[in-house]
Amino acid sequence: MTRNRVRGRLPAVLVLPALAGLAFLLVPLAGLVIKTPWTSLPTLLGAEVGEALRLSLICASLATVLCLFLGIPLAWLLARSGLPGRGFLRALVTVPLVLPPVVGGVALLLILGRRGLIGQHLDAWFGISLPFTTAGVVVAEAFVAMPFLVISVEGALRAADPRYEEAAATLGASKWLTFRRVTLPSVLPGVVAGAVLCWARALGEFGATITFAGNFPGETTTMPLAVYLALETDPDAAIVLSIVLLLVSVGVLAGLRDRWISGPT
Amino acid sequence: MPNLRIRSTIVTGVLGVALVLAGCGQQAASTSSGSQAVTGDVTVFAAASLTETFTRLGEDFEAANPGTKVKFNFGGSSALAQQLNQGAPADVFASAAPANMKQVTDTGTITDAPRTFAKNSLQIAVPKGNPGRIAGLADFANADRKIALCAEQVPCGAASRKVFEAAKITAAPDTLEQDVKAVLTKVSLGEVDGALVYKTDVKAAGDKVEGITFAESSQAVNDYPIASLAKAPNAAVAKAFVDFVLSDKGRSVLSAAGFDTP
Repeated sequence: MTRNRVRGRLPAVLVLPALAGLAFLLVPLAGLVIKTPWTSLPTLLGAEVGEALRLSLICASLATVLCLFLGIPLAWLLARSGLPGRGFLRALVTVPLVLPPVVGGVALLLILGRRGLIGQHLDAWFGISLPFTTAGVVVAEAFVAMPFLVISVEGALRAADPRYEEAAATLGASKWLTFRRVTLPSVLPGVVAGAVLCWARALGEFGATITFAGNFPGETTTMPLAVYLALETDPDAAIVLSIVLLLVSVGVLAGLRDRWISGPT
Repeated sequence: MPNLRIRSTIVTGVLGVALVLAGCGQQAASTSSGSQAVTGDVTVFAAASLTETFTRLGEDFEAANPGTKVKFNFGGSSALAQQLNQGAPADVFASAAPANMKQVTDTGTITDAPRTFAKNSLQIAVPKGNPGRIAGLADFANADRKIALCAEQVPCGAASRKVFEAAKITAAPDTLEQDVKAVLTKVSLGEVDGALVYKTDVKAAGDKVEGITFAESSQAVNDYPIASLAKAPNAAVAKAFVDFVLSDKGRSVLSAAGFDTP
């Protein structure tokens, strides 16, 4: 590949900060691995851990699906429609990224809570109450994670060549058909990358989840919540929980990477 | 050669992070101390739940003793105990639990006998108007009611478990929150029908939250001990402040905030 041909000396001005960056990201994780009480691992891994892990994986996956359903059309709207004020809208979409997650949780409570602006009607008309339910966890995670997907897909859409869509249109394809058969496949790597980011963010979500959905084992206690509470009394157990979450998420991400991201390119 | 450079970079990076972390720790310690400069300064380490009352008591103490200045470091009792054992320069320690005071007396950082200056107990908290019509602790077993409790890992959750055991009630909570303030948020937003929090929290929440007392709360009373440190930089003022907290004036401020006084 071309990379081999232009090798020579790597510029130190890039390599040094790159290595410092790598160390900055990896050294804390190494600390976690070093401090893990491997010998007492089996005793610390109870049924509750399995339950929290299962709940975490299910909720993060459902949140990602929800984000895909809502986020891809939203990204299309931001990238392709001639909507006025798109720049402002784009900025608003990223608000959940800068908002402290706890604030996001409070905001969700104020809207979707039992006394919230929309939530009170959901409760009165349909008997639906999201706080303290697994569905509430999915909503909280999706709220925090969706911007990652939208930004990623929107970037891919803006970089994609619109001439293929125009060609499809001249051949008589409807807009919806063009979107499905031409636009979406062309930005698939962006969608996958966005979905992976979204899933990873949802898996680690803590603040919005505990604020909006509360904490109850089997219903809303995801791994990050279990880790936080374990830290109050049993730091060893907290480290073990963190390691489990770390291994599972790295495993899933590495698997996806092999299959999807580096595959087609 | 490049290998060496890489290694030194890693070291620099690690050192940098370590320095930043150390800096944070130092800053926290120095804002809380700084009692050495002026005579008449007294540094008080106090539990977070005492923030309002002790700030008030500090002002009253300064007014009653011109020339003194009271500085506070409020935080979780266990974190404060750690800081004191690590040698943080303080004159007085007021803890929210005897266990945390014991951590400090065990190491000889405090040699005086700690004195209990306040007691806190649990109360049922309901949203304004009591929409869930909670009458007492028995309603906490009703699965139809939305109930919030502290997680058992934190002190208010351990206290809650004690009162339910004493009342022989199996609570059916919908959420186990990470601290008492999170529980209170759920109550004041009306997301739950009832919750167990400390009496002082109900008082501090104002008119959004109503409190209901119950008999079994006496099974889990939280004692707040206070003592001056063995190496208090300003022992005389430290003693005076402890006495002030224990005085009638101190009691009246504490009981106005909802604490029981011994």
